[in-house]
Amino acid sequence: MSRRAPVVTALVLLLAGCGGSADDGTATAPGPSTAELGGTLTVFAAASLTDVFTDLGERFEADHPGLDVQFNFAGSSALAAQLTQGAPADVFASANEAQMTVVTDAGMADEPQVFAANVLQIAVPAGNPAGVTGLADLAREDLTIAVCAPQVPCGAAAEDVLTAAGVTAAPDTLEEDVRAALTKVELGEVDAALVYTTDVTAAGDAVEGVDVPEAERAVNDYPIAVLADAPNPGAADAFVELVRSGEGRQALADAGFRTP
Amino acid sequence: MGTVRRRGREPGVPVPLLVPAVLAVAFLVLPLAGLVIRAPWGELGPQLTSPAVGQALRLSLVSATAATGLSLVLGVPLAWVLARSRARGRSVLRALVTVPLVLPPVVGGVALFLVLGRQGIVGRWLDQALDVTVPFTTTAVVIAETFVAMPFLVISVEGALRAADARFEDAAATLGADRWTTFRRVTLPLVAPGIAAGAVLCWARALGEFGATITFAGNFPGTTQTMPLAVYLALQQDPDAAIVLSLVLLVVSVATLLLLRDRWLTRAVR
Repeated sequence: MSRRAPVVTALVLLLAGCGGSADDGTATAPGPSTAELGGTLTVFAAASLTDVFTDLGERFEADHPGLDVQFNFAGSSALAAQLTQGAPADVFASANEAQMTVVTDAGMADEPQVFAANVLQIAVPAGNPAGVTGLADLAREDLTIAVCAPQVPCGAAAEDVLTAAGVTAAPDTLEEDVRAALTKVELGEVDAALVYTTDVTAAGDAVEGVDVPEAERAVNDYPIAVLADAPNPGAADAFVELVRSGEGRQALADAGFRTP
Repeated sequence: MGTVRRRGREPGVPVPLLVPAVLAVAFLVLPLAGLVIRAPWGELGPQLTSPAVGQALRLSLVSATAATGLSLVLGVPLAWVLARSRARGRSVLRALVTVPLVLPPVVGGVALFLVLGRQGIVGRWLDQALDVTVPFTTTAVVIAETFVAMPFLVISVEGALRAADARFEDAAATLGADRWTTFRRVTLPLVAPGIAAGAVLCWARALGEFGATITFAGNFPGTTQTMPLAVYLALQQDPDAAIVLSLVLLVVSVATLLLLRDRWLTRAVR
């Protein structure tokens, strides 16, 4: 999906002759709690939010029968790039402040709210075949190691943590998003990967987590914002409200996120 | 390049064909024009001379060429089998080997893991008996590209074989040549232009390969980060760098295609 979206966007822009959206103000824009919500709500969310947001999206659809929630899960930087290139969306939830800043600096959203935080953990295949015990093992040349690419938030956090710990990692691959790194652990193709705690939780029995004390030095805050050109602003506000409600916080905490 | 004008025919293109054709040209050419227009020409020098770009470009050219070589060695015999053998189940075989054409390349990457990965059916044995691990190596890049690109070669060579006049082969056989000699001395020269065209298609597809590569071979500068992967990751941080990388890939592929077109493809068309 993350790779298809820019193509679709390009197509839409081409066909529409790059015309501005004329129906912004004309659509009925009810307050979040007053009128019935309908139409489609498009949420761009960091790959690490895949499970929680899918779950919250289903609850949201159940509460609002006329509403269809569409998610685009990918690396936050890919999403930020898609948004600044004009991809139509209502809500953006980023895995770090830097990628949200890309969007707010472009004037496409304001007042992002931090709704969760996440720290890194080492994911190893079930049984920990390589006997990984901490960050220092990521420097072992004999192991196959996956780390996120420095361009995406989990890679930026990994760089911070490794620098703080004074470890020079010997990765075999720099993954394009955190879920791609996790998948390689699940398949047993890498001995260890630096991912978020929540990803280890989400992967269930196939993956085990090794705690990294140094990870406290690079805690990722997750901001969420309604986009300025949101085609469905009413539903967008309501969804952000749900994410930040007690119910949303509980779902996030169950998935291993820290909540404010 | 002699141009022959057929005066007997009605001049011009019918409007119902002309309009969609012009739209098609605009659709295919405008995005490329966009790349050229938006390119940060001032930064071009420093970007082009950065070692990372050279590394990715070299890796792309080497792996795409190796994948084409592998596809030629394995794909031409396969095309012959599909075109000439009368064995039952040939149509099933053809369908099977062309599946990678329609399969999303990412799925192809996962499938390669399941066979050649450390936990894969064959890969497990390779890992334990020979201490060879395929994923995350340049070999994995070549394998991923071959998986995705070889069907293009097989299809076009099979087409060339079917179109070739089988009477030449029959004549060779009546003169006492066995089937292997006939293949080498008669069939191959006969379909050489088709093989060349297929190889170019295959090379171009391998050069652009993204999904299977990033899944099965991973992404590491110097060993597995080809140009398309470098473009994708650059786009997330520095769109200008991504545009420069795309331009480089565009220029290299167009130059190669033009070169080969002059050398081979015109003969294939004639």
